[in-house]
Amino acid sequence: MYVAVKGGERAIENAHRLLAHERRGDREVPELTLAQISEQLALGVDRVMAEGSLYDRELAALAIKQARGDMIEAIFLVRAFRATLPRFGATEPVDTGNMQIRRRISATFKDIPGGQILGPTFDYTHRLLDPQLAEGFVPEAPATGETSSAETPRVTDILAHDGLIEPSPQAEADAPVGDLTREPLSFPADRDLRLQNLARADEGFLLALGYSTQRGYGRNHPFAGEIRFGEVDVEFFAEDAGFAVPLGRIELTECQMVNQFKGSATEAPCFTRGYGLAFGQSERKTMSMALVDRSLRARELGEEVSAPAQDEEFVMSHSDNVQATGFVEHLKLPHYVDFQSELGLLRRLRKDFADANTSEPLQEAAE
Amino acid sequence: MTTVAELPPGFSDKVLSAQATFRSVMNAMARPGTVQRIAASAGAPSGVMHGTAAIALMLFDHDTPIWLDGAMSTPDIAKWLKFHTGAPITGDPAIAGFALIGDPKNLPALDRFAFGSSEYPDRSTTLILQIGSLSHGTAYELRGPGIDGSTVLTATIEPHDLFDRLAVNAALFPRGIDVVLVAGEEIVAIPRTTRLAHGKD
Amino acid sequence: MAVLAQSDAAEISARLRAMALPDHKTLREPENGLVMVRGRIGGDGAHFNLGEATVSRSAVLLSTGQVGFGYTLGRDHEKARLIALCDAMAQSDDFADAVEQEVIAPLRTAMIAKRSRADAETAATRVDFYTMVRGEG
Repeated sequence: MYVAVKGGERAIENAHRLLAHERRGDREVPELTLAQISEQLALGVDRVMAEGSLYDRELAALAIKQARGDMIEAIFLVRAFRATLPRFGATEPVDTGNMQIRRRISATFKDIPGGQILGPTFDYTHRLLDPQLAEGFVPEAPATGETSSAETPRVTDILAHDGLIEPSPQAEADAPVGDLTREPLSFPADRDLRLQNLARADEGFLLALGYSTQRGYGRNHPFAGEIRFGEVDVEFFAEDAGFAVPLGRIELTECQMVNQFKGSATEAPCFTRGYGLAFGQSERKTMSMALVDRSLRARELGEEVSAPAQDEEFVMSHSDNVQATGFVEHLKLPHYVDFQSELGLLRRLRKDFADANTSEPLQEAAE
Repeated sequence: MTTVAELPPGFSDKVLSAQATFRSVMNAMARPGTVQRIAASAGAPSGVMHGTAAIALMLFDHDTPIWLDGAMSTPDIAKWLKFHTGAPITGDPAIAGFALIGDPKNLPALDRFAFGSSEYPDRSTTLILQIGSLSHGTAYELRGPGIDGSTVLTATIEPHDLFDRLAVNAALFPRGIDVVLVAGEEIVAIPRTTRLAHGKD
Repeated sequence: MAVLAQSDAAEISARLRAMALPDHKTLREPENGLVMVRGRIGGDGAHFNLGEATVSRSAVLLSTGQVGFGYTLGRDHEKARLIALCDAMAQSDDFADAVEQEVIAPLRTAMIAKRSRADAETAATRVDFYTMVRGEG
């Protein structure tokens, strides 16, 4: 049976008006500004930038406001916006070794050169709700300490110096770099594409997969070699100017996991690595990313591929929350015709069943 | 040789001009054989027709490698394209997204360009061919999707055997080559599905 | 130009307003776009695409022939144009010193002060294990 779907325009228009009204909420309550969202819900903004795959704090704040705090909806809005802009090119690779560090910790060495720097972190808080924050709380000015000019080398560089950890894979400077926003995914995918996919992947999905590797589904024996967060310079080779121009700075979080060693009769054993990098302060995300990056290297490292976190097709095809929500949520769109045909089939089968088994017809509940 | 400062300008109004040009090209592709006018005002370096310049400003970018034939391979054209579109210029027509042909008489064999793949037939080279006229010359009767029955295109086209060469599109489909003919401000699209009404296939 | 890209458009504008500007025209109308930000596998290896960032760019031509390019993260057209203007002035014998002294130097000082403040706040959170172990009060 054909079901007409015209006639919804008025209802849709009014639903949007109602949405705008609900989004604003009680008009006695002051309206949120984008600056408030960006400054006071900064980690939410970071997540929308990372998974929206677009670094722009103001746009991410606007998306959060428009989406009423629904993060996946906000990420969707940011992805849609990015499709409206032309791309000028790719930046020079950012140098995380040269980061202006805001936080930097290692779980592998207590005394790392440059020190353990806690920065602004929830770690060591008691996770007790703080009633003071409910209204008008003015925090103390941050303490200041003596800055050090000591280098803060990556922990992996220190291990690499002694050959204790595998080197990062290298490529020619002008080698093509896979881009899943330009070329559709195909498998097997190289590590550049996997990292791009993981960098914009849903944090919850990565967290669950990373957790699964710790619980034995693709165990890779990780240590958090180093986690660092801070600002890096972004440079871009401008074709029109003919030289590299500075674009400004962005905040990044980087995680270096030190993992289970490999070795062979001909190669001395050394630790392996998993890598995580994301926009903003995204520690949970980058740690999960590094775990999953390492588990996806199972094939390359000659390990048995048996767990979901080691299956790149499974991981990469389901990591994107915009794609996932699109397919899950499309189920609420009208499927009247499909359903009618299923219903027709079911009725016929039930009739056949009834004819074959009994002279009494089955009760039709929904008739 | 011109410096950056002396380069002809791009679109006078970037957004509106690009939108208007897009619509003209879209209409041309949707109605093969019909003449569309490019109204947007844009600068163009010597040797580049107005229609070609507008198409370049609208469609070319960082991700579309461009191949230039001998007539288009001047430093001024290369500089203008680089400044306004950022598109990389390639010496290999087989990887070009677009090819600008200023000397159509010497159009290379079509198989030197990209025909796309069966999975991604869109990854083919679109030829932008500057020709003598889109109002005088030989009458070509065309048919195919987007044409109600048949339509007549009157044009002075080089190379003379262009439509014979494009017959390869019938054999290759869905792979193939799309062509945009440009004469001054006028354009006509010959997408890969368009055939001569009395052609061989 | 790194200083300008990291400064507020309003501050660049205020400083430029206070000086005599050369005759100039806009060679490239400011426009917004994206750049793909690249990282390195493992921090020091082969490149990969991390995600995009918004960028605004412009180009300015002085009547004396110098061309300036302005690029900055974000979507602030005016900021891109102002950076392009400063870049062009920095190439002009008549304006290079003035733009350095009146615009770039003070903004650089402010930028360094801001960074030093952040570094000092960060330094206060550095763990001093030695002191903890000693525990002599």
